[in-house]
Amino acid sequence: MSGVDDDVPGGSDRELLRMEGVTKSFPGVRALDGVDLTLRGGEVHVLLGENGAGKSTLIKMLSGVHRPDEGRITAHGQEVHIRSAQDAERLGIATIHQEFTLVPGLTVAENIFLGRQPRTALGLVDRKTMRAGAAELLHRVRLDVPPGTPVAELGIARRQMVEIAKALSLNARVLIMDEPTAVLTSGEVETLFGVVRELRDAGVGIIFITHHLEEIGALGDRVTVLRDGRSVAEVPAATGENELIRLMVGRDIAEQYPRRRPDGPGAPLLKVRSLTRYATGARRGTAAAPVFEGIDFEVRAGEVVGLAGLVGAGRTELVRAVFGVDRYDAGTVEIDGRTLARGDVRAAMRAGLGLVPEDRKGQGLVLDASLQDNLTLARLDRDTRRGFVDRGGQRRAAAAVAERLKVRMSGLAQHARTLSGGNQQKVVIGKWLLTDTRLLILDEPTRGVDVGAKVEIYRLINELTAAGRAVLMISSDLPEVLGMSDRVLVMAQGRLAGELPAGEATQDAVMELAVRAPGRNTNESAGESFDVR
Amino acid sequence: MSAELKKAVPAEAAGRAPDRGGPGPWFSRAVLRNGPLGGLIALAAVMAVLSRDFLNGQNLLNVGVQASVTAILAFGVTFVIVSAGIDLSVGSVAGLSAIVVAWAATDRGLPVWTAVLLGLAVGAAAGLASGALVAHGRLPAFIATLAMLSVGRGLALVLSGGSPIAFPASVSALGDTLGGWLPVPVLVMIAMGLIAALILARTYTGRAMFAIGGNEEAARLSGIDVKRRKLVIYALSGLFAAVAGIVLAARLTSAQPQAAMGYELDAIAAVVIGGASLSGGSGKASGTLIGALILAVLRNGLNLLSVSAFWQQVATGLVIALAVLLDTLRRRSAR
Repeated sequence: MSGVDDDVPGGSDRELLRMEGVTKSFPGVRALDGVDLTLRGGEVHVLLGENGAGKSTLIKMLSGVHRPDEGRITAHGQEVHIRSAQDAERLGIATIHQEFTLVPGLTVAENIFLGRQPRTALGLVDRKTMRAGAAELLHRVRLDVPPGTPVAELGIARRQMVEIAKALSLNARVLIMDEPTAVLTSGEVETLFGVVRELRDAGVGIIFITHHLEEIGALGDRVTVLRDGRSVAEVPAATGENELIRLMVGRDIAEQYPRRRPDGPGAPLLKVRSLTRYATGARRGTAAAPVFEGIDFEVRAGEVVGLAGLVGAGRTELVRAVFGVDRYDAGTVEIDGRTLARGDVRAAMRAGLGLVPEDRKGQGLVLDASLQDNLTLARLDRDTRRGFVDRGGQRRAAAAVAERLKVRMSGLAQHARTLSGGNQQKVVIGKWLLTDTRLLILDEPTRGVDVGAKVEIYRLINELTAAGRAVLMISSDLPEVLGMSDRVLVMAQGRLAGELPAGEATQDAVMELAVRAPGRNTNESAGESFDVR
Repeated sequence: MSAELKKAVPAEAAGRAPDRGGPGPWFSRAVLRNGPLGGLIALAAVMAVLSRDFLNGQNLLNVGVQASVTAILAFGVTFVIVSAGIDLSVGSVAGLSAIVVAWAATDRGLPVWTAVLLGLAVGAAAGLASGALVAHGRLPAFIATLAMLSVGRGLALVLSGGSPIAFPASVSALGDTLGGWLPVPVLVMIAMGLIAALILARTYTGRAMFAIGGNEEAARLSGIDVKRRKLVIYALSGLFAAVAGIVLAARLTSAQPQAAMGYELDAIAAVVIGGASLSGGSGKASGTLIGALILAVLRNGLNLLSVSAFWQQVATGLVIALAVLLDTLRRRSAR
């Protein structure tokens, strides 16, 4: 293993890192397959790819979390083996993950120097030196907070800057940033870009992951596109967005969303009337905004209704109330003209509703139970005769639906935890195919799902609606909403901001409704919450 | 102790370290692969070598009798632990149920079968009360059942006035032998074990236990009536505790208000030694039986070896720690 700072002076074009033919498999998935990547000093190298394309696995190799099965990683022409976070640190590689690794209860300075605090002669922490060092680093990232501030008091953008300061304190020559802009407002993004450009000009090599294509031209120098675990192209950052999408997806968008729209509207299945839920405490006379208010819509047999809106617009809360998971304060939910009891999941299921929740692992799956148990969980009632469960029948039903959904598994006894994201999602959806679900509510159904599984999920949506069932789909992936929905409902701040038929639903039209909020928060950048491609 | 060990499991899963150490020596591999059963066999082998009397048929039946009360309690606790709960009240509930049977039959002169049904009903009702506190009152199971531990023991003392009550002779037959050699408590233990296995594997409530223990929110969103199931689960635990209490009193031919004190800890230990996770979602009746047998073999063997009761406690603690440690290692290497 070679130190990075030993030999080469800080020229800007020298090669910092090279990955050649890097391959990594996990049980059931080949996450990376012969990936090549080079990083030079003084460049911002954008890593682009859909969810599941292998970006995370790739950067985890550089930060010492995973090790390649095959292929080699070289730093300054010498092969290196990054076995731990410490190895990465010695090589000058710092990673800023999406989930920050700061300790909220400690101060900014303590976080920056965590585990490396300067000591006094007595062995105590030398606070003075530490704060002075921290102040200098904070100045470099243009973060104007006292080093003694507890991290808990900082917003997300400032915490990110603290992470960058920490990376600088480690003399990082390679900075890996995993979707740093995903949680920032547009003003904060500009500040971040300013800091990143300065680092680049100082000769640091930056690997930058983003889903926002417009950021690539603004910040990047080169782009490596990953698709299904392979590096499919390395192109200049000036490449057009359409070309980038084509490289990323591997086909035209039209093919990616194989929606066959119904000929005419079917019979109304679900009617939601002035559904309202007040925020907790609102009834005591505070002015808190309702979680959702006065929501009216219907879903007809055979259609896909998209539910678009910014994160926090109340979409998930709305569908959870419709499905009986959470309470609501006013309004009605009707199925086939019959009013559904409030807060009663079982009644909703009997009426033909099913919900694929947003948080697959936390709410959709029993991770350490078998696929058979997971697939048959929602039909446990109907498989029970006089208290006894028909396990044979369950096995046959689970096998049939796993086959239909092409779940990639070693067998029905496999635990849900060990499946890939896409296959896990198929299991959650399969659970509702095994009940008589007539209206399937999907909350972010393709988040963290690979391209192949995505298309399979879309096909399944087509099959369901062709059979006269209906789908209500929440998605923050705008192209997906537009590509799959027959109608798009847009929510903004707990209200239904509008409804667009498929023909009129464009990204601009949806976005305009989504940000047309009564009152507050209009300065929030709308692009942050959508994957605009 | 075991809570701490269980915490190690998710940490390990999150770490997802790639290649764990290769195969160890054959002995540790064999123990790791076979889990609790391997541990029981190994322990019995050691005892057989150290004491000539251990493998004697009569002694083995004694081990079965010694295991029976713990095992029956532990089967009930298995239900609760699989559903990610805990039941600290089973020892008290066992004592209370036995007192109720003796009080109804001996003091009140009720027919014996009525007295037994009443005892079982009291056990189930005590469990139901804990279950209601957990499901509807949203108390942590630890607190709810700790309260029931105290209430149950108190009621047993109140009802008995603090003194033992003679157990009806016909029920005391449960503590006897069939044909002069086959102990009835062992038969009851086997019967309750089969019932527990059937409940876990084949009934709605059993399958719901695994779902609730594995992921309560996913179970709720899949239409499992989590609250009602919890009532049933704790009631079953209370019912099994009542059976255990009756068997214990039958062996002693009298119901004692202080009977089965502290047995809940043995029961929990048996469940955990048997491979169930305290974080819920896994557990087997056969594992629990093995766990109870491991504890009984250990005590019996140490008695045969004339080890002092004080050191026996130390040994028991070490075996519990070792068993769960091995099980954790086994799961880790299986991932």
